[in-house]
Amino acid sequence: MGRTLAEKVWDAHVVRRAEGEPDLLYIDLHLIHEVTSPQAFDGLRATGRTVRRPDLTLATEDHNVPTLDIDKPIADPISRAQVDALRANCAEFGVPIRPLGDADQGIVHVVGPQLGLTQPGMTVVCGDSHTSTHGAFGALAFGIGTSEVEHVLATQTLPLKPFKTMAINIEGELPDDVTAKDLILAIIAEIGTGGGQGYVLEYRGPAIAGLSMEQRMTICNMSIEAGARAGMIAPDETTFEYLRGRERAPEDFDSAVDYWRTLTTDPDAVFDKEVTIDATSLSPFVTWGTNPGQGLPLSASVPAPEDFDDPSERAAAQKALAYMGLEAGTPLKDIAVDTVFLGSCTNGRIEDLRAAAEILRGRAVADTVTMLVVPGSVKVRLQAQEEGLDKVFEAAGAQWRNAGCSMCLAMNPDKLRPQERSASTSNRNFEGRQGPGGRTHLVSPQVAAATAVVGRLAAPSDLVEV
Amino acid sequence: MEKFTTHTGVAAPLRHSNVDTDQIIPAEYLKRITRTGYEDALFSAWRQDPEFVLNDPAYATASILVAGPDFGTGSSREHAVWALNDYGFRVVVSSRFADIFRGNAGKGGLVTAEVDQEVVEQLWAILDAQPGLEITVDLQDKQIRAGELTADFTIDEYVRWRLLEGLDDIGITLQHSDEIAAFEQERPGFLPTTA
Ligand code: SF4
Repeated sequence: MGRTLAEKVWDAHVVRRAEGEPDLLYIDLHLIHEVTSPQAFDGLRATGRTVRRPDLTLATEDHNVPTLDIDKPIADPISRAQVDALRANCAEFGVPIRPLGDADQGIVHVVGPQLGLTQPGMTVVCGDSHTSTHGAFGALAFGIGTSEVEHVLATQTLPLKPFKTMAINIEGELPDDVTAKDLILAIIAEIGTGGGQGYVLEYRGPAIAGLSMEQRMTICNMSIEAGARAGMIAPDETTFEYLRGRERAPEDFDSAVDYWRTLTTDPDAVFDKEVTIDATSLSPFVTWGTNPGQGLPLSASVPAPEDFDDPSERAAAQKALAYMGLEAGTPLKDIAVDTVFLGSCTNGRIEDLRAAAEILRGRAVADTVTMLVVPGSVKVRLQAQEEGLDKVFEAAGAQWRNAGCSMCLAMNPDKLRPQERSASTSNRNFEGRQGPGGRTHLVSPQVAAATAVVGRLAAPSDLVEV
Repeated sequence: MEKFTTHTGVAAPLRHSNVDTDQIIPAEYLKRITRTGYEDALFSAWRQDPEFVLNDPAYATASILVAGPDFGTGSSREHAVWALNDYGFRVVVSSRFADIFRGNAGKGGLVTAEVDQEVVEQLWAILDAQPGLEITVDLQDKQIRAGELTADFTIDEYVRWRLLEGLDDIGITLQHSDEIAAFEQERPGFLPTTA
């Protein structure tokens, strides 16, 4: 019988298979950062173990780093301690690192692909759930916990049970004003935050094939928000072209491509589950609640708890509305925001910045809004500056920052204050995610830019021509 | 790792579904670089509320948490397991666990006992009627015993074996170093390195 893409990649990495045991899977690339690695290195030291393959491991600094004054020592002592610990651990164990100030520093999921380290058919892990991003290349990529980080450091393998497979078939073409972010938010709203539990999702169909690599990364990035372990997209010409010429792309590119072409789901392969979504019916999408599944088209209104039949969904909606400070029935477009955050591993790449700049060109951020633009990596920042995007953002009144996770999570100086409301291109709208008491609406870069201009949640089509 | 065979302790009802790891331990605590001492971080936002279940003196020594479906969703932070452990929890009972959380729990020696939501509701009712009641989680027999109620739970068999034996994962894998080395010999030459 045929195999799915995920099964092919899995099978190619089994070091050991024995009855009653999980498969021992080889890991091709292990990315680490300052938050989930210190305890893993501690564990190695305590047991006298070493890093088996420092040459398949790469560290970068992202979660804690400030996006202003990066030439000064990190002000927050705890953040500084984590970053210092990472540098010391990398030095002690011989792991390559791209620290703050390095041309390749940035969010771990932006750095791997941009270096060409993430390639089709690889296994990629990182102590961060959004490792699913790398699945956009047809890699099997998933987040792991700190004990697993230690396990991979010590052995370059992980004992794992096979995941189930789910096809997400996107039928039809995406309408012009619908982005990859809208699509993934709509998918999550459809299957629910627990719907992908235990599965590797494979996104398929013409609408997916038509996406750029960066858009594909946005989709795969948020697979975890549907509860899935990983998301994948079969590699194709778009993938190969993206990789060609990158710093770590294979020297013998053609042999690699020959192999990569085999990485598709066989026609007779059977998925454990299939979901079909009609792309043509989609429109810009935002979240109104406190989990990424609580989303609606931007043209809709805030739902009422009674709209939900399922009692736990109803209770969740009630709680979310109270936390978000929202009245049922309010048109989503009437919701005013204080902050707009453009960045993160979901939407902090050059195409995201270009799309937002396109909308902000010749327009101004509303007086009531603070807008932060945070490139996902130093390379993205430099590229944007080369294209003059920084000037567009600054002319519109947005703040042009240095690379990092920034306001995606409340671990560095960029935070919402209690009750502050944001439109954010990041991936999580959990209570307190962007700062204690902060209220988050997840949006695409285009909706973020339009919202910044209007001061209320808005789509680009709501803007008057300039 | 300490062996886990059976555990009897006070069970606390946590009447929430979708308890994500940001609620279990907010991101601000992830800045620490130690592996223990997270007891103050557990549910720290919810604990501000005097009505929160763990603020009830009846549950002061709780070591078993009985929660709604989709426990441990969200970020992969293993600190969620450490915080539960450090606070004194040995077992979480729920009708559905997020995968990464479940995996992390197994490695951290925290038992995730999966039962039908019906059983969760029954346990909640029993615990509400008798706050501070001790219940038993038997990993050998995969059974929860609470007053009159006896219910089976499920847990991954391999994890169960490891917990029963108190075995460390890395040690098990290192016994297969030869196989890992043999696999490395066969990897295609075009794969990238970071060095
Ligand atoms: S940008 Fe946000 S989601 Fe991505 S790695 Fe950083 S904190 Fe995690």
